[in-house]
Amino acid sequence: GKNEYDLLVIGGGSGGLACAKEAAQFGRKVAVVDYVEPSPQGTTWGLGGTCVNVGCIPKKLMHQAALLGSALKDAQHYGWNISQPVHHTWSVMAQGVQNYVKSLNWGHRVQLQEKKVKYFNIKGSFSDPHTVRGLTKAGKETVVTADNIVIATGGRPKYPMDVAGALEYGITSDDLFWLKESPGKTLTPFVFNVSLECAGFLTGIGLDTTVMMRSVPLRGFDQASHISKKKQICFTTQQQMASLVTEHMESYGTKFLKRCFPTKVEKLKSSRLQVTWKNADLDTEETDSFDTVMWAVGRAPDTKTLNLETVGVKTNSETGKIIVDASEATSVPHIYAVGDITEGRPELTPTAIAAGKLLAQRLFGHSSELMDYDNVPTTVFTPLEYGCVGLSEEAAVQRHGSDNIEVYHAYYKPLEFTVAERDATQCYMKMVCLREREQRILGLHFIGPNAGEVIQGFALGIKCGATYPQMMKTVGIHPTCAEEVTKLHITKRSGLDATVTGC
Amino acid sequence: SVQAHKEEDNPQKTMEVNGLTPVPGSYDYDLIVIGGGSGGLAAAKEAAKYEKKVMVLDFVTPTPQGSSWGLGGTCVNVGCIPKKLMHQAALLGQALQDSRKFGWQFTEEVKHNWMTMTESVQNYIGSLNWGYRVALRDKKVTYENAYGEFVGPHTIKATNKKGIEKLYTAERFIIATGERPRYLGIPGDKEYCVSSDDLFSLPYCPGKTLVVGASYVALECAGFLAGLGLDVTVMVRSILLRGFDQDMANRIGEFMEEHGVNFIREFVPIKVEQVEEGTPGILKVTAKSTAGDQMIEGEYNTVLLAIGRDPCTRKIGLDKVGVNINEKTGKIPVNDEEQTNVPYIYAIGDILQDKLELTPVAIQAGRLLVRRLYAGATTKCDYVNVPTTVFTPLEYGACGYSEETAVEKFGEENIEVYHSHFWPLEWTVPSRDNNKCYAKIICHIQDNERVIGFHVLGPNAGEVTQGFAAAIKCGLTKEQLDSTVGIHPVCAEV
Repeated sequence: GKNEYDLLVIGGGSGGLACAKEAAQFGRKVAVVDYVEPSPQGTTWGLGGTCVNVGCIPKKLMHQAALLGSALKDAQHYGWNISQPVHHTWSVMAQGVQNYVKSLNWGHRVQLQEKKVKYFNIKGSFSDPHTVRGLTKAGKETVVTADNIVIATGGRPKYPMDVAGALEYGITSDDLFWLKESPGKTLTPFVFNVSLECAGFLTGIGLDTTVMMRSVPLRGFDQASHISKKKQICFTTQQQMASLVTEHMESYGTKFLKRCFPTKVEKLKSSRLQVTWKNADLDTEETDSFDTVMWAVGRAPDTKTLNLETVGVKTNSETGKIIVDASEATSVPHIYAVGDITEGRPELTPTAIAAGKLLAQRLFGHSSELMDYDNVPTTVFTPLEYGCVGLSEEAAVQRHGSDNIEVYHAYYKPLEFTVAERDATQCYMKMVCLREREQRILGLHFIGPNAGEVIQGFALGIKCGATYPQMMKTVGIHPTCAEEVTKLHITKRSGLDATVTGC
Repeated sequence: SVQAHKEEDNPQKTMEVNGLTPVPGSYDYDLIVIGGGSGGLAAAKEAAKYEKKVMVLDFVTPTPQGSSWGLGGTCVNVGCIPKKLMHQAALLGQALQDSRKFGWQFTEEVKHNWMTMTESVQNYIGSLNWGYRVALRDKKVTYENAYGEFVGPHTIKATNKKGIEKLYTAERFIIATGERPRYLGIPGDKEYCVSSDDLFSLPYCPGKTLVVGASYVALECAGFLAGLGLDVTVMVRSILLRGFDQDMANRIGEFMEEHGVNFIREFVPIKVEQVEEGTPGILKVTAKSTAGDQMIEGEYNTVLLAIGRDPCTRKIGLDKVGVNINEKTGKIPVNDEEQTNVPYIYAIGDILQDKLELTPVAIQAGRLLVRRLYAGATTKCDYVNVPTTVFTPLEYGACGYSEETAVEKFGEENIEVYHSHFWPLEWTVPSRDNNKCYAKIICHIQDNERVIGFHVLGPNAGEVTQGFAAAIKCGLTKEQLDSTVGIHPVCAEV
């Protein structure tokens, strides 16, 4: 028989909603199914996916709360009389953040309605290549059939399987942003950008925070998905930048337990948590108590309950992610996938959105434009932010050989740090270029305030094939941090002091 | 300080200057730079790299109020640097308010102390003045704190604070004397009013302030003064930010008005009288309407004039060496190699006719000029698509054409304007304006929809705009813009 919908999207997150709304623009009959399986701690949320509910949005807002704490300290140098001490109240912040997120959930519902996209709050699974069925919260079964299906179910945080008590007593980022009360003294093992960002803002709002790392910071992909070399996000394997970021966090007050890994978590009578870990360097076992243990050991694709085997959608045996080609097609005709669930793609909201939109345009809008995953810019929102686009230094060396690349770099001091007497030791930038005639820019890395704002425009330049001479021809805006990019001239090769001196 | 004069060499030079042209090869210096500001210092330091014998003459004529400052020029002392720091102080005031919504708690009443801020800012500037002195010394550039003026071919007279005069000769000269604020020419202006030259070192809080003018200087100062909690009024003769995209200019004005800055439009002051002495005292300003006969009066603690800047070219003896200047504006016309009509005399920076008055432009021009003179380079300064930012309370970053200029040059049917309001994520929780931040790009349809104008109004506009300027330099098209993925969540992704 005929399928009820032209397009069914499974997963109402960044990628899924973008695809659905775009398809609706072409006058198609579209449905979205979205469902949030509560976390082991019982946390759940509304429409919008990870980014809106337990990712980018609450993360950036809490990061802002922490930045404002620094601003309060700076303000006194700039003449503002603020009486000490200054307190932070978690519940005020959490309520502000959670209310805003809820307004976004509502906004998405309204948008779907306006665009006449049908929304089902059901947990969908395949029963055949054009049919998805699921149960509503109330237990009613719903069946949806569609000509085309897009899987955009994203991922969920993993728990370490080899640590006793991890599941019962620990939380993840899924829970952190929805806590009504302060997490208190927090331990976050291991190290991914997630735990650094969270540890960063927790420290910033005044909490005793410890990061436990097994090996090196920001080497995010040895336990989770494998990103093929072509599609690496610029910050993977970017050792130098990762070190500067963590160095800053250390001077900022975050504690680091390096070369350690937890072995068990137990609950104490006081309802605090006792964590035991091995120190690989000293070969000893150590222990301490915390109010909260937040795991950030990677995210796993949310495919378990989809029933992919029934319809034959192939996944990567190691990562569990869905294998897609350049047009986002899976191994089954008329079934596609976008976003964090797909193998070999960056786990970023903007790429999911762009891919989702382009997919809808190809399916229904006679377009043939494929998603370009090269040179995707991104930012890690640690206390001192790190933004980047293009290749890491290591990747450039690997691809072209160290003799064929030139790295221009500089240590700079944001003007606003001067009067505020803030330490700018880790404010740093570097540009990786090809050495041959044109000197095309392969990658740009920036650590400092507002890193995302700085990098965005340069990402455009790199998309246009920007070269070092073009960058030098661009006049700087004064006084900003970004202008230093247009003034980079000391190379790593020269060994000269890369500290920026006055204007 | 470092001295290296040769008064013992040619005693007759002092007396027989007119008509005597020094013999090439016997010049005191390869290069004398008049003006130790952004352009001048950059040029001097660059020349020293090529082992040239360089002298910098810098002198600050005190303001009518008596303010003066050290080496570094406008940007460092009475421009970009103190302006941005005070702007930051005002932004921090706003951050304090926001922070309560993000969970921070402290006393309700938070007051700002002008002296604390100004002292910190002046200390930092002092360190920059010192840094420049050291840099020049390290690079073996001779520096004299003296007023330079031409007295004859290849010859300059330098007069220091004590009135002592010395003569120097050089093969080449670079004029980089910059500008100073203009006065109204009305009774009481020099006696009682201050300018940006005085504001950043004012030893008392300005209090209730009237800012006269609608330039970016006027709006930036009015903006931060209001942000620090002062009662501020801006008196505007006609339009805001002449020369800038008017749609953006009006949005800036609107924002400032909604956030506590008073505007008096279409009036000009005709006299300023002192009602009460003091620091600050009380001044009475009488103003006349530009549209009729209406007169108004107002009392203020401080009157800040920001109606424009005039080049320091009238009293440096240019007539003695035949350098042409625009008689009306005082600006110096140069060719595309910054050369004046006198082959051995060059000019850079704010004094140039038809060029942008920006520090980075002056620095770039100075450096490239020197490289062409002494290092055999050929690259000329690229004055096209120079980005800029106005640091008003809501910052405005721009690069390329304004909408009006684009329409004028290419015709309305040949350009497409893409635009969007946006709400910075950081403004949501504290419930700040959700319809004020705005961005637009202007594309030239026939030229592959090339981006020829970029405008953004929002926080950190300078940081956002810089990268876009680089992209525009690379010939960015709308298609390339569309295919670039955004960083989430930041303002720039819009």
